[in-house]
Amino acid sequence: MPPAVLISNLQVAFGPRPVLQDLSLEVAEGTFFIIIGPNSAGKTTLLKTMAGAVRPRQGQVEIWGAAADRYPSRELARLVAVVPQRAPTDIPFPVQETVLMGRSPHVGWLGLEKQHDFDLAAESMYITGVAHLARRPLPQLSGGELQRVIIARALCQQPRLLLLDEPTAALDPAHQVNIMDLMQRLQEERGLTVIMVSHDLNLAALYADQLLLLKEGKRISSGTPKEVLTYEQLERAYGCALLVDENPLGKGPRVNLVPRRFLLKQPGA
Amino acid sequence: MSRFKLSLRQRLLGVVILGGLLLALSLALGMCLGSTPAGWRRHLAALLGGSGPEDILTTIIWRLRLPRALLAGLVGSTLSLGGLVFQALLRNPLADPYILGVSGGSAVGAILGLLAGLAPFPGVALLAFLGSMSTLLLVLLITAGASGARKGSLLLSGVMVNAFCSAVIMFLLSITRDARLHNMLYWLMGDLSMSAPDQTSITAYVLLPCFLAVLCLARPLNLLLLGEETARYLGLNVAAASRVLLIITSLMVSLAVCQSGLVGFVGLVVPHLFRLLLGPDHRVLIPACLLGGGSFLVLCDLLSRVLPAQGEMPVGVVTALVGAPLFIFLLMRSR
Repeated sequence: MPPAVLISNLQVAFGPRPVLQDLSLEVAEGTFFIIIGPNSAGKTTLLKTMAGAVRPRQGQVEIWGAAADRYPSRELARLVAVVPQRAPTDIPFPVQETVLMGRSPHVGWLGLEKQHDFDLAAESMYITGVAHLARRPLPQLSGGELQRVIIARALCQQPRLLLLDEPTAALDPAHQVNIMDLMQRLQEERGLTVIMVSHDLNLAALYADQLLLLKEGKRISSGTPKEVLTYEQLERAYGCALLVDENPLGKGPRVNLVPRRFLLKQPGA
Repeated sequence: MSRFKLSLRQRLLGVVILGGLLLALSLALGMCLGSTPAGWRRHLAALLGGSGPEDILTTIIWRLRLPRALLAGLVGSTLSLGGLVFQALLRNPLADPYILGVSGGSAVGAILGLLAGLAPFPGVALLAFLGSMSTLLLVLLITAGASGARKGSLLLSGVMVNAFCSAVIMFLLSITRDARLHNMLYWLMGDLSMSAPDQTSITAYVLLPCFLAVLCLARPLNLLLLGEETARYLGLNVAAASRVLLIITSLMVSLAVCQSGLVGFVGLVVPHLFRLLLGPDHRVLIPACLLGGGSFLVLCDLLSRVLPAQGEMPVGVVTALVGAPLFIFLLMRSR
């Protein structure tokens, strides 16, 4: 069985500007994998390359053993679902229709859904907590509700690999935990492989099996949260001091922001 | 927001039944009303074949009014569908079926044909068709290299080609002095009075398969509304789907235009009208535009025939005169 994602010597560039360089990594099936790093480190580009939307200049991205940009679009969408950072939501489709669009790679050429598709949509809306919004048109939803609708649509695709770009950025703490718990549950119960871009280092530490720390398109570090989230590596990546201690929940490291005035304080002053 | 309460199948069924009835009624009216006065008894007899084939009314109804009403229906359906597709494809609410240079090219072709004194069919129609196909090819060639800003450059080069063609048209009009000028102006405003029975049937054979093809692309059109990136993630081959839609739509619009002239307004507004009434789902909007747009143009053509004027009024005048107030009324009510 090939790994869910196998990346070798990947190089991606927009024009002359390299965005990702000499990147190799392997994500085994059923892993919860989180990509972290400062702004413009190439996290989103890496995710898009895995989704087949960005063509590498050099190297390969293989999804279950076949090159991501060689898959027929429909076939890739049955394996991989994407929750993008900004999905256009200005068209007044109702929530249920939006979620049903996740069935697109599965339905026949007339584009009409069957009972099975409606059941899957109902289930996806239920587990993401948007079932009560089913008939509401998208422009009437809040940012957090929209995010959960887009996640429901991705689940409705029944993917084996789910790629999410900062899915918790617009959510309050309760919904952040709900979404992360949901991802973990799907990973454990259905063997779903989850790859996520996140800026929330503590959420990453609490949920990820594997972390990848990127800076300027290069790998700083990768491995378990304990291996990656160290004071030295975080300072190298972010260029600022971050205090790392033990999470009181007893599960790995915790990262704390340090205001400048605490750094300048002299001992004993 | 009552339109969201019905399921897709219910809305589809409603659209097909109501739209079908409306179209049948419009066609029947188009056959029964005209400048030849006759009572409804004689019409009924002529419709049911009760009066002999030599009867003048039978000939008028079956050989003149029916082909013309059918052509109006086909043209109305095509323009509405064309507008619907281009508005989704270019993600631009102001897109109409002529936007990629179809109007300019076909008008130059048609006016050259009229200037040369060719018959409306096939001569002028053929030149108009060739004209629109060549401008379309030109627009596609200009944008072939562009990848990222494809939609923007498609739109802009279409507008530019149309602008260039209008200049040529103005020039041709300015050097024409005789009665041909009248025909040219009528063509530019949209005019169905030249239709012949064989013309209608040839058009139908090409247009109906195009309608079916677009109907099967309803779901891809919905996905394209969500933007290229999302459409791709949902399994759509965006480049291939856009290309197929672009070619089918331009082909059928060119075919409609070369026989009817530039009937304005229908293609821009009928899709918006049904979006207001039915929501954004193309699986419902495509049948609605086909049936509703067809009925709309049949009725407008009927009005242009029976309204008192010097001869006949061009149908393009009626579409906007009737359609624009109707649309504004619906827009104000929906708020």
